[in-house]
Amino acid sequence: MADIATSAPASIPAPLWRRHAIALVIFAALAVVPFIWPERYVLSLVGRAMVFGIAALSLDLILGYGAMVSFGHAAFLGLGGYAVAILSAHGIDEAAISFPVAMLVGAAFALVTGAISLKTRGVYFIMITLAFGQMAFFTATSLSAYGGDDGLRMFSRSDVFGTRLLRNETSFYFVVLGVLLGVYLLLRAIVGSRFGRVLRGAKENERRMRALGFDPFRYRLAAYVISGAICALAGALFANLTLFVSPAYMSWQRSGDMIAMVVAGGLGTLNGAIIGAIGVLLIEEWLAELTQHWKALFGPLVVLVAIFARGGLVKLIDRGAGR
Amino acid sequence: MSSTLLIIQTLNGLQLGVLLFLIAAGLTLVFGVMDFINLAHGVQYMLGAYLAAMFVAWTGSFVIGLILALISALAFGLLLEIVVMRHLYDRDHLEQVLATFGLILFLNEAVKIIWGAAPLQVPVPDMLTGSIVIANGVLYPVWRLAIIGAGLGVALGLYLVVAKTRVGMLIRAGASNAQMVSALGVDIRRLFMIVFGFGAMLAGFAGCMAAPVLSVEPGMGDNLLILAFVVIVIGGIGSIRGAFVGALIVGLTDTLLRSFSVDLLRLGGLSAGDARTIGPAIASMSIYILMAAVLFFRPTGLFPAKG
Repeated sequence: MADIATSAPASIPAPLWRRHAIALVIFAALAVVPFIWPERYVLSLVGRAMVFGIAALSLDLILGYGAMVSFGHAAFLGLGGYAVAILSAHGIDEAAISFPVAMLVGAAFALVTGAISLKTRGVYFIMITLAFGQMAFFTATSLSAYGGDDGLRMFSRSDVFGTRLLRNETSFYFVVLGVLLGVYLLLRAIVGSRFGRVLRGAKENERRMRALGFDPFRYRLAAYVISGAICALAGALFANLTLFVSPAYMSWQRSGDMIAMVVAGGLGTLNGAIIGAIGVLLIEEWLAELTQHWKALFGPLVVLVAIFARGGLVKLIDRGAGR
Repeated sequence: MSSTLLIIQTLNGLQLGVLLFLIAAGLTLVFGVMDFINLAHGVQYMLGAYLAAMFVAWTGSFVIGLILALISALAFGLLLEIVVMRHLYDRDHLEQVLATFGLILFLNEAVKIIWGAAPLQVPVPDMLTGSIVIANGVLYPVWRLAIIGAGLGVALGLYLVVAKTRVGMLIRAGASNAQMVSALGVDIRRLFMIVFGFGAMLAGFAGCMAAPVLSVEPGMGDNLLILAFVVIVIGGIGSIRGAFVGALIVGLTDTLLRSFSVDLLRLGGLSAGDARTIGPAIASMSIYILMAAVLFFRPTGLFPAKG
């Protein structure tokens, strides 16, 4: 049975209950963390992991389900962060305003750059998304009114409908968890819908989708815009978490990190993006405590993941569970 | 915008262009022949600079140091090919990107461990120090001219190798249809190893030449790598000629706009303050806009290698 399951094309989803089992375990574990380790350090670390989980989920939508290798996805994280921080610098601290604005900015950037990038395929797409990411990066460094190279500090977290919900570490943690869950359910619904099936169909066999009367470009662009908006939302939360935005949000190394998260966790599974994000951040944290030269250890790990981790951690979990 | 400055910045642009060409040449051939994206090509450039710094300091001679650095860069390129790249040829671009991204993280940090995080300086070789007069009253450093000369020389040599020799013919054939070359009985893997090794050596050579004018530091290859990608995408992947033209376009555009964008904007009617704010942003974004424009109108670059 196991062999049949693993050799089946990736487009055929695993049985519903199995995917829900993994997701259930992830979210239950994240929900009990504040009760077991209420320390500020743990909440902030796991909170950051969840923010990157949201970003990785958004990347998985286009990377895993649409085979669009975006190497500039960190730009959206930065756009969301800058939108919130710049509004805050002008005295607008209400999340009900700044978060939707952040998502709109992300969506708009995705619409423009996606419309151009998606004209190209394969390696050209990788390069052009990288180029747009660099453009966003350099634009941020030249924003001298908002800190330029040095970045922009926020004086407080955003209000939520006038309340100070985000200023308490524990409630902030649960807000991030809630957003993560919401994004997960939304994307789960999207990839299961007709829209998601067309997206996957275009990835498996573009010519056949065209013959069936679908225009893959429009579906890919829509997915790209959704992905950009969600990643910008992650950026808005990240700015609130660190109270600081800088061009480094958008560095191409961060885009690489995000790809590593999705691939390590398992491409095109959604669960994998969350597991990958948490795993990568925890490993980085652990290695950084071990030695200041942690990247010399992390780098080879990434190489090994690329060479050996076909299917990622989610597949390992599946195999471990004997299914 | 004085003409003196224009001449000097044009030469600086040419210098950046030939350095980019040395890096992009290997990158574009590796990609063209094996359909392999090597993000770790930029660290080869950095490594070349470090090796030059080390060997020049050891031997006290730039020429001997340069030769030793080139041999080591070649050896290291072949080592990388055997240890990592080889396992990734049949894989998706995604896995190649990820693996070579991991290599960048590792090598940037390894360089820091071996040589320290502080920038190293390499002295300009004695016989090429100083400046010469290139036009009335315009002085330009000899070494920078030497970089341009060496780059153009290598470009010519590479052109002759690719256009006139048997290996070059195989490389061109490989870039346009690798499967067919393989089916005709050519050991494409060995061909690729040669291309990869020499590509790594060329990037290392760029690093050696740049070492005396730039500070040698960890991560110095990262920005050039991205510029080199812009170059090969503009020029058309797999094409040496495209890499050459693309490198000069990118080098000149980037350098000239960096020094003149503010003046140009002011000529265009913007106020001094606005021009100073927008100018640098436009300058650093210009080549990416250029690349996006090229891809939009010619999705396979200016000189596509694949028919």
